[in-house]
Order: sequence, then C-alpha cells, then structure tokens
Amino acid sequence: MHSHETYTQNISTIVQLILVFPFLISLISYIVAVIYSNRHKKRWSHFRTISWILGHLCVIVTLIGPLAEFTHINFSAHMIGHLLLGMLAPLLIALAAPMTLLLRSIPVKRARLISSIFKNSYFSFVRNPIVASILNVGGLWLLYTTPLFNIMHENSFLFILIHVHIFIAGYLFTIAFIYIDPTPHQLSFVFRSIVLLVAVTAHSILSKHIFAHPPNQVPIEQAELGGMIMYYGGDAIEIGLVYLLFYQWFKRTRSSIYSPETFSN
Amino acid sequence: MTILNKYEKNNHKHENRFQFGQQNMWTGLLFGLGVVAFIDEVIFHQLLHWHHFYDKSTANIGLVSDGLFHTFSFFATIGSAFLLADLHRKHGFWLKRWLGGILLGAGAFQLYDGIIQHKFMKLHQIRYNVDILPYDLVWNVLAAILIVVGIVLLIQTNKHMY
Repeated sequence: MHSHETYTQNISTIVQLILVFPFLISLISYIVAVIYSNRHKKRWSHFRTISWILGHLCVIVTLIGPLAEFTHINFSAHMIGHLLLGMLAPLLIALAAPMTLLLRSIPVKRARLISSIFKNSYFSFVRNPIVASILNVGGLWLLYTTPLFNIMHENSFLFILIHVHIFIAGYLFTIAFIYIDPTPHQLSFVFRSIVLLVAVTAHSILSKHIFAHPPNQVPIEQAELGGMIMYYGGDAIEIGLVYLLFYQWFKRTRSSIYSPETFSN
Repeated sequence: MTILNKYEKNNHKHENRFQFGQQNMWTGLLFGLGVVAFIDEVIFHQLLHWHHFYDKSTANIGLVSDGLFHTFSFFATIGSAFLLADLHRKHGFWLKRWLGGILLGAGAFQLYDGIIQHKFMKLHQIRYNVDILPYDLVWNVLAAILIVVGIVLLIQTNKHMY
C-alpha cells in the first residue's frame, strides 16, 4: 500500500531550524573567539578555522536546504547526508581543535575549571574507543536494521534526537581515536588501531547489509546505490582517520629514535 | 673515489638494517597485503567488473571476512607506509628483506582470497558466466609462486640477521 509513496513524510521547517540553530551559534562563536584571542596570543592557525567552517557547512547543507529536502525522499541522498553529518563534519570539526581554542580564549581560572570537568569519569567513559564505536556504529545498525528508520521520519522529536545523536556520536568517535585537543587518559596506539579496525569493519558490513536488505519502503535500486555510497564514501573518510592516527604515532615515536647514540653516528 | 664515497654514503644510510630485520619483514608483509587488495578492488571490481560488489549467495561469515580484510587492507597500506618511513629515519631499511615480505604478504592474501573467500565462503567468483576453472588455477598458482619467492628471499636475508 505504501509501495509507490516515498518512505517518509515531510519534515517541517521548524524542525530543520531547531537542528541548524546550535551550529550557527557555534560557527559564529568560534570565529569570534579566534579574532578575540588572536589579539592576546599567537595567531590561531587558518587551517583550523577553515576546517571548522567547512565542517559546519557539511552539517548545515545536510540539515537544511535542497539537499536536506532530497535526503527525505531519496535514500542515496540520505546516505550522502549521513556521510557528511556523521563522518566528514565530525572529522573536520575535531581537526579545528575547539577545546584548545576555548581554553585559550577564557580566563585561566575558568579554563582550569572546564578542563577539570572534562577530566571526569563520564567523559573518559564516552570517549573510550569501544564505547564511542558502539554509540556510533551500533546506533547505525539499530537505525537501519529496525523499523526505527521509518518511525524517525514520522516523529519530529525522534528525528531531532537521532540527527543530534549521529553528529555527537560521530564526533566522539573521531576524538576517541585521534587526539587533536588536550586529551586526558590517552590510550595506546595499538589498542586504538585494533578498535578502529573492528569499528570500520562493522560499518562496511552494515553498508553491504543495506545493499542486500533495504530498510522498510526503500526501493531496491536506491538501497543498492545507498549501500555503495556508504561503503566507498565511508572508506574515503576512514582512510583520512587512519592516516591521522598513524601519523600521530609516527610523530610521537620520533623522540625515542633520536636518542644521543643516534646523533653520535 | 666518488664511487667509494657513494658506496659509503649508501652503506651509512642502511647501517642499522640488521637490527630491524623483523620490522623490514612486517613492513613488507603489510604492504604486500594492502597492495593486492587494492589491485583486486581497482582491476577486478572497478575496471573489469568481473567481481561483484555482493552477489547475495554469500554466507554471513563471508561478509565478516570480506569486511575485515577490506578494512585491514587500507590499514595495512597506510600503516606500512609509516613503518617504512620509520625504518628510513632509523637508517634501518633493507630492500631485499622488505621485498621478500611484500611477495609473501601479497601471495598469502591472494591465496586466502582465491581459496577460502571465493570457494568456501562463496563471497563472489573471479568472473561470472564462464568456465571458472582456468581462472581459479591461474589465480591460485600465481599466489603460490609469490609465496615461494617471498619465503626464499626472507630465508636468504634471515641468515645475515645476527
């Protein structure tokens, strides 16, 4: 009975505005913080500012505008939205080192208070690579293999909740593996590599699962294309993540190599 | 005189290679594995379209194995590139042993792909709508040759390790 209709209903403009609003605030706050702190401290890297802006653009085009409209009626577009909101935007935003900027833009006393809050056990729990992977990839399995995907498009509250979850889980996932901002309780490279390997595998298996078993009411061609977009697009972003993880290993281990004996040769 | 200098310079560049025999082998193994998976993806999936993305006759274990090796292959490629850079900055690169590792890694993955993934897990076949036997033979014999040459190189370099 629903076979010729689209699998979703229209998501109202208000919902889109509610989702986009916090990102507009954070986009502007970051730029203000850069301008403000550049007056007192050394110049903030342009690369980070650009990364922040691009990350926010990825989020905004996914949540509002023509692409956002299209993601509600076409599953392949939905997958592009997933890649932008849940993977690329979190990576770009993590690279922009927002915590570092925040800590240098506020008075030292308040900065100490904030960093002590981020040292508490709740934050180290959710940014543990295993927990972050379950929240991120586990959440996706739940979304695409249960009726949740359809319910989401009929219920505005769930729609907001799931989109916020996708972004935050993607961000936690990114900062669980690569350390750009100051990170308490750092974990070993070997441990992070193994967990990342398993998480990425679960993501690529899910994309093949979607290819073969479309979520309810998604036409088979759209599910096949969507699955391939998730598989190859996911690879592209994950390759960036793996590169950064190993690059950090490479830089970190340099100090142990250039010991005095090496120089004497 | 210049030749002698050049020789000394090159020798200096690799003076620590005997210390890092193991790392040379593993760097090669990982790179070989990653490169074969990359060739498989580019040539057989994308250019020739012989392999299928998912032919839906796959057992679940096949999907897990495929996913794991797919992911591992790009981890291995990137990781081995950094390990190689690490060997160079330690003056520990050993071309012959590294090549041995590459051939062994490439052959081992190709044999696993050709026997376990294609035949036992029925992930996908090399090509569809043709007599598959010659394709399988070429695939797996080539893999065996790579493994044998790789092992010979590794044994030859193993003698000089200590």
